[in-house]
Amino acid sequence: MATPLVVSEVFKSFTMHLRDGIKLPVVNDVNFSVASGECVVLGGPSGIGKSSILKMLYGNYAVDAGQILIDHKDRLVDIARADPRTVLDVRRHTLGYVSQFLRTVPRVSALDVVAEPLVARGIAAAEAREKAAELLAKLNLPQELWTLPPATFSGGEQQRVNIARGFITSHRILLLDEPTASLDATNRRVVVDMIADKKREGVALLGIFHDEEVREAVADRILDVSQFSPRKAVAA
Amino acid sequence: MTDLATYNFGYLDEQTKRMIRRAILKAIAIPGYQVPFASREMPMPYGWGTGGVQVTAAIIGPQDVLKVIDQGADDTTNAVSIRAFFQKVANVAVTTHTKDATIIQTRHRIPEHKLAEGQILVYQVPIPEPLRFLEPRETETRKMHALEEYGLMHVKLYEDIAHNGRISKTYAYPVKVAGRYVMDPSPTPKFDNPKMHRSEALQLFGAGREKRIYAVPPYTDVVSLDFEDYPFEIQTFDKPCALCGAENVYLDEVVLDDKGGRMFVCSDTDNCEDRREHGHAGEMLAPTKEAAE
Amino acid sequence: MTDTPLLKVSGVSKFYGSRIGCKDVSFELWPGEVLAIVGESGSGKTTLLNCLSTRLMPTTGSVEYRMRDGNFRDLYHMSEAERRFLMRTDWGFVHQNPADGLRMTVSAGANVGERLMAVGDRHYGKIRETASDWLTRVEIGTDRIDDQPRAFSGGMRQRLQIARNLVTGPRLVFMDEPTGGLDVSVQARLLDLVRGLVNDLGLSAIVVTHDLAVARLLSHRMMVMKDGHVIEHGLTDRVLDDPREPYTQLLVSSILQV
Repeated sequence: MATPLVVSEVFKSFTMHLRDGIKLPVVNDVNFSVASGECVVLGGPSGIGKSSILKMLYGNYAVDAGQILIDHKDRLVDIARADPRTVLDVRRHTLGYVSQFLRTVPRVSALDVVAEPLVARGIAAAEAREKAAELLAKLNLPQELWTLPPATFSGGEQQRVNIARGFITSHRILLLDEPTASLDATNRRVVVDMIADKKREGVALLGIFHDEEVREAVADRILDVSQFSPRKAVAA
Repeated sequence: MTDLATYNFGYLDEQTKRMIRRAILKAIAIPGYQVPFASREMPMPYGWGTGGVQVTAAIIGPQDVLKVIDQGADDTTNAVSIRAFFQKVANVAVTTHTKDATIIQTRHRIPEHKLAEGQILVYQVPIPEPLRFLEPRETETRKMHALEEYGLMHVKLYEDIAHNGRISKTYAYPVKVAGRYVMDPSPTPKFDNPKMHRSEALQLFGAGREKRIYAVPPYTDVVSLDFEDYPFEIQTFDKPCALCGAENVYLDEVVLDDKGGRMFVCSDTDNCEDRREHGHAGEMLAPTKEAAE
Repeated sequence: MTDTPLLKVSGVSKFYGSRIGCKDVSFELWPGEVLAIVGESGSGKTTLLNCLSTRLMPTTGSVEYRMRDGNFRDLYHMSEAERRFLMRTDWGFVHQNPADGLRMTVSAGANVGERLMAVGDRHYGKIRETASDWLTRVEIGTDRIDDQPRAFSGGMRQRLQIARNLVTGPRLVFMDEPTGGLDVSVQARLLDLVRGLVNDLGLSAIVVTHDLAVARLLSHRMMVMKDGHVIEHGLTDRVLDDPREPYTQLLVSSILQV
């Protein structure tokens, strides 16, 4: 089976220059991979670096050392070293990300927010909107909200817009940062089903789920992030 | 002549005339291009045609016959004064007849009688820079001329149409000379613009205060700027000249009384007189003519 | 993803006497890419922008631009005529103060139409049609087409300036603090508009700003400048979410919320 995401020997720390340059280690020597059709869930207590790992994979955080190899357009791209333009291209075509919070853009309707990743890939606006509407309907977002900018939506509504936006494309790798945190039981089940669909399509998924029920339902494997914790390494 | 022995022929000294001639030659070589020259103080105020007078002084010879017009008329103060000036300082023959003149100095008109080869028309120019009111920086307008960036000129015409529904500019209407330089034809009515095109006469322009000379050599293309859908048009008049009955000439409005009475007569006085001498009569002249018969 | 950059900047430095304007800046800009140059006043970002846009001659370095025919030309070795032609057709420059980029005494329609007339459009009706189309695109009512920008609010003037620049379909737009003098709500609208236009038209843009929120919303990539040097350079969200340099951390921590 294809393994579109391989992480090897990744180190990450923050240097806080404004606080006398103290160095806060985040993770050490991270090694794992995610195969197509597999959903790996990052586990461990909060503050252990789960979100940081997702952000590094997405190119949002820089990496001190190591490699993050992504199978992008039939070649391997090392996100840890790729130039911004390559990272953006990887995001556009290969690597999707559903963040915890939606960064809203003023004056853009929910429907267009969701459709945007498709439009960015060159799909006609009408077709992209149709697909967006389908997803929003599936996630039970009231239709009267579709044409409104999501800035004023409730947390759960915003999150559903965010999920729809992340799931609309057929990215080969999908990163999920607590996508179900503020959803009710019905919508959590919808998301679980959607993840199952993605797995059947052969998407490699890597996520953080605090909700145990969801985690049980989607995870093929749980990766304990505390094994990469520098604090543990020091203690040992 | 004897009491004017202290003046050189044509008022200006020979060095100055040579300098102006060089500017004129350069202007002829680059049609429409404004050549800077060291404009002199003249014994008349700026605005009275010091530029035109200097150009005339530099080119006039003892054999020349000079005609001076102001708004088409030979008999206004400005025209009479300049004509008298050259009679004094150059002792040349003067005329009011367009066809007899070798040099015609003009303020704001081109004679109706078609100019011929060998004649020179000298324009008095107040502001030589057609782009001035759109771009006040001289450094920038010179660059625009140099690089042939004339979009701005059309901006002015665009504004005219946007505000008035047509190009309302009636005088100093910008032209493109020899397909290259955009030029201000001095404040002549746009009625005269077509006369500049491929004119047989040499046209020289002198701006005394602004210290610029430019020229249109004989048989040079002079095209008025316009839009495809708003082509250049000259003024038309409803009636012929009230005195000589001429049509297709430029007319001045003359107020006759304070009850709204007015008439339109030829701006070119020489042309009007000439026509009347040849028996043409307009409606205001007709009764006297009938009475005379 | 095109494989040729639009702009290649190498080793550009500008000295004012012995003082540094900007020092040894190199980067490439790709089609469709928006680059933000951020830093505090005096950090050299405007000097750099002026060097890139040929408004200022750098002391050393070269800037090459890919012309529409596909060939790269060194901007500083072009004739002035070519450079000016490029600036009013293939480039745009949006000034912080709209009065610097607009003709304040001619109508909005003529402001937008000027570039068209400059490249030889001579049909009034078509020029006006294009102008009114662009006014609509920048959300200015077409009933204002014959009004002078003097009668416009700051936000409208800035939008008009943008329309004036984009009407010839430029491939590269320089913006100097495009939201500088505007109040917050007007800023948001303008940014959103610019963002939409940049996306729709596939423009490349170099935006100088001291406002990290502007950089976040508009740019793909950013360069942080301090004392004339580029101290950090990377993907916009990377620089803002994980700033590496002390100065960038200071800058990011100084803002309330981006």
